[in-house]
Amino acid sequence: MSGYRLKRGGDIDRSCPINFRWEGRCYTGFAGDTLASALLASGVRMIGRSFKYHRPRGLIAAGLDEPNFIVQLERGASTTPNLKAPYVELYDGLDAAPVNAWPSLRFDLLAVNSIFKRFIPAAFYYKTFMWPTWRVFEPLIRKAAGLGASPKLTDPDSYEQTSAHIDVLIVGGGIAGLAAAQHAAISGKSVMLVTGGRHWGGRLAGTSDSVEGKPAAVWIKDMLRTLSAMPNVALMTRTLATGHFDHGLVSLCERLTDHIPTHERSGPRQRFWRVRADALILATGAIERPLVFRGNDRPGVMLAGAARAYLHRHAVVAGREIVVATTNDSAWYAAFDLAEAGATIIAIVDTRPSPSPALVERAEGLGIMVHSNMAPAAAIGRRAVRAVRIGRVSPTGRIDSPAQAVRCDLLLMSGGWNPAVHLHSQGAGRLTFDHDLNSFVPEDGSPGHRSIGGAGGDFARYSTLAAAREQAVTRRPGPPHAALWSISESDVPDAEAWVDFQNDVTAGDIALAARENFRSVEHLKRYTTLGMASDQGKTSNVNGIGILSTLLAKPMEAIGTTKFRPPYDPIPFGLLAGHRIGDGLRPRRQLALHDWHAGRNASYEEYGGWMRPAAYLRPGESEADAVRREVLAVRTAVGIFEASPLGKIEVKGPDAAAFLDLMYVNRISTLKPGRCRYAIMLSENGTVFDDGVVTRLTDDHFLVGTTSGHAATITEAFREWLQCEWTTMRVLVEDVTTSWAVANVVGPKTRSVLHMLASDIDFSADAFAHMTAQRGYIGGIPARVARVSFTGELSYEIAVPWRCAGALWEALIAAGSSHGMVPFGVEALMTMRIEKGFLHIGADTDGTTLPQDIGFGAIMAKKTQDFVGRRSAHRPDGLRGDRRSFVGLEATDSNAAPLAIGAHILPAGTTQPQPSEGWVTSSAWSPTLGAPLALAMIERGEKRIGESVRVWDLGAWREARITRACRYDPQGARLDV
Amino acid sequence: MLLIECPWCGPRAESEYRCGGESPIVRPADPAATDDAAWADYLFYRDNAKGLSFERWHHRFGCGLWFNIARDTASHRILAIFGITDPRPVPEPGA
Repeated sequence: MSGYRLKRGGDIDRSCPINFRWEGRCYTGFAGDTLASALLASGVRMIGRSFKYHRPRGLIAAGLDEPNFIVQLERGASTTPNLKAPYVELYDGLDAAPVNAWPSLRFDLLAVNSIFKRFIPAAFYYKTFMWPTWRVFEPLIRKAAGLGASPKLTDPDSYEQTSAHIDVLIVGGGIAGLAAAQHAAISGKSVMLVTGGRHWGGRLAGTSDSVEGKPAAVWIKDMLRTLSAMPNVALMTRTLATGHFDHGLVSLCERLTDHIPTHERSGPRQRFWRVRADALILATGAIERPLVFRGNDRPGVMLAGAARAYLHRHAVVAGREIVVATTNDSAWYAAFDLAEAGATIIAIVDTRPSPSPALVERAEGLGIMVHSNMAPAAAIGRRAVRAVRIGRVSPTGRIDSPAQAVRCDLLLMSGGWNPAVHLHSQGAGRLTFDHDLNSFVPEDGSPGHRSIGGAGGDFARYSTLAAAREQAVTRRPGPPHAALWSISESDVPDAEAWVDFQNDVTAGDIALAARENFRSVEHLKRYTTLGMASDQGKTSNVNGIGILSTLLAKPMEAIGTTKFRPPYDPIPFGLLAGHRIGDGLRPRRQLALHDWHAGRNASYEEYGGWMRPAAYLRPGESEADAVRREVLAVRTAVGIFEASPLGKIEVKGPDAAAFLDLMYVNRISTLKPGRCRYAIMLSENGTVFDDGVVTRLTDDHFLVGTTSGHAATITEAFREWLQCEWTTMRVLVEDVTTSWAVANVVGPKTRSVLHMLASDIDFSADAFAHMTAQRGYIGGIPARVARVSFTGELSYEIAVPWRCAGALWEALIAAGSSHGMVPFGVEALMTMRIEKGFLHIGADTDGTTLPQDIGFGAIMAKKTQDFVGRRSAHRPDGLRGDRRSFVGLEATDSNAAPLAIGAHILPAGTTQPQPSEGWVTSSAWSPTLGAPLALAMIERGEKRIGESVRVWDLGAWREARITRACRYDPQGARLDV
Repeated sequence: MLLIECPWCGPRAESEYRCGGESPIVRPADPAATDDAAWADYLFYRDNAKGLSFERWHHRFGCGLWFNIARDTASHRILAIFGITDPRPVPEPGA
């Protein structure tokens, strides 16, 4: 037992005890505690095992810089890995476990790694597990080395996203942030002040330090009262600024329910904010540096500032017999506060030869022994520190006198302070090295934001407050900090002195990397993994750079830092996804008559973002049975198909015809009003982009049909050409796909059905020719009707306003009932188009298909004028004689199964694998012909009609013969009715 | 995320837009008479400058308008916004 709770003080509610579980055992804390403070108060010292060597570890920090106390919170679907315990607020029933100990913290089997530590140096894995391949070892190493376990189940929580556009965003709730918020708010600006934790006041919270003549606690309370009364100020706790992006965008993660008992939570768990502010003020404070000495990772070694924070925030004294080791003044105040709270401070060890006499005097008044010009040589103790060896230290960190042992159960350390420059740096702010603070600080004059207080390297209250209020002030630098990057009892950095606690990197590892010439800071990082853990080296990076700087005898600023990347602390993927999961990511569209189809037992599938019936299953039918029945019904009688997703774009204007001539391979301007033409469109790169039927409604008005799901893309492409290239053409383009629902009535008995409708349209062969369109009314509903066919049968596409789809459909079903009309799905339609050899863009074509490959060479040659893609289709590759072309394929073996789509085509007689001559692009069993049919792209295919080939798929061979694409009614007699 | 000033809609987040690449790219007046190298240059070759770049953007989830931007690709500063048919602005010295 070491840490304990005071009877009084702290921002906790002693009347509200909270029960929680840690590593399966029950503990009690108070409202206002974090998991870290509650366990510290309970006397728990070992809280984790290290990442690589599984060494016992203790709590060292009081914020997100904590590298050791990393927990897995809760179990099952809601489990969250790698949370820093000082940031986990206690709630009733909280259940947490360490992330890196197995089977338990006290008895960790992999602690054996620690014994073999000297055989597992930096980059050990890269060097050792090379044979036969890293992949053999990786799973085992990952299991041994990994931090927490990611949840295996779907995240049950929801996350919200929102944006804010404000005048001033202030990050950090310390006195700098509070004063800056008040200053900005007084002038009427809209202000957001955010702090990551639940308390205000930063490191001064709960202290009796004086701020502008008041005790800090009173100053903070007064300031909060003022700010909360101002309507233009938003005060947000539990809101962490996670990143700073281009053009000043700042992301915030607001934790809404993480502090509430799990069974009481409702609503979104966290909220993601995107904030754009005219001014951004960074008051993010500073992060204390550990001292690097032998055994500095033992439980019971802690940052001095953290011990002070636990004392003032949670009334927890972290140890009973305390030694403080420091390079600067700040740790002295921690010692004084703890002593005044009743703790026993055995000694203060300052590496500086002559610390300020005022401090020494105060220490002596409190009965604290002072050792100046000395440093800790080693922490002693296995599971926890029980003494520290101290000795005289040279400016370079060499212990040059015999060390003496001092008993203690808590060793506080401070190696100086690093401004939290992460957001400054992410926002393209530059850093400069401050030789008094021995740390990187923001360079002045960064565009768009400024850093104040500790974040700006200013640790004095009066100048911080002046800067927050935009008053001119000369900073009086405090007493210099000693530059002491690592302490060693020999001439080389100590291999047991930890730099990066979370990733288990020692001063010796950095020396090894430097010896092996990994001298760039980015190389050092990747070779040793320094700063690569989930804390991104908050406590370790600058120490590591310092050690490298000493080894290479290069100044700190010449080495520089690694890049600071968002997020500042890990956030759940769910937060970034927000509502964009499942159907929220990509909504699936429904047909006009979705419910009618569902009522006919349609098996729905997604086609190009639309949910469409694949087939209508009758009792006892498989989907193949249904497709076969539907095809035969259409071929022999009549069927009805909802074709509403068919892309429909209206193109209108005096130059519409000329524009469409540029867009299509086919001539559109020669089309007469009322007539339709099948046409294909290319990309400017010459490849087939889309196809469809173009109808000329009037001279200057066209209806362009596109493939389903492609209408928005084509509309966008048309507009891009009109806005960016042919800017003087007078053409309007509008996607009307979802304005018109379409019923497609198909089959030899179609006219018998349509004749029963109350309509002013004459559907007879003489009045309504194939590839023409008419407008009229059906049962009083305005309709656009086109006689076009994708099946080879007599076919009318009837488009009506979407809201009228139900009425049209009912009329058609009623009219069709006496003619055996059946609804048919997409699979039957696809089977019939394969029988006809009709191209399906995206199935039969890909990103290399040119118009000459699909039989459009002659049409292209006949057209004299330019169009999009024409020139590209005539590059050398397009003129090759051995290009693949679109043909049919019939199986000649006795196997009735359709050929596999994607199967490769090889010359007859092939037995060994060899370069493919093409592949099957579409394939189906044809109920009409009673045979498996396929379409394929084959080298010189159109010149090889009748040739036998072999078809290879996943090791199996089939025999086939090349045919023309169209296998059913090649003369089109069935349309000539 | 860039904040882009749409000439019609005002400043909007980058996620509302689509970048159409370098602009203007002049389409050869007579493609049939353009040799393969010149055509490839039109289709594929872009300056991709580090620093001042001219590109066209589409306010896809907004007004649907295309317009031109002069942007420093290193600092992401947007130096000018101009119409599709406008000439490239001459950047101020030091911009």
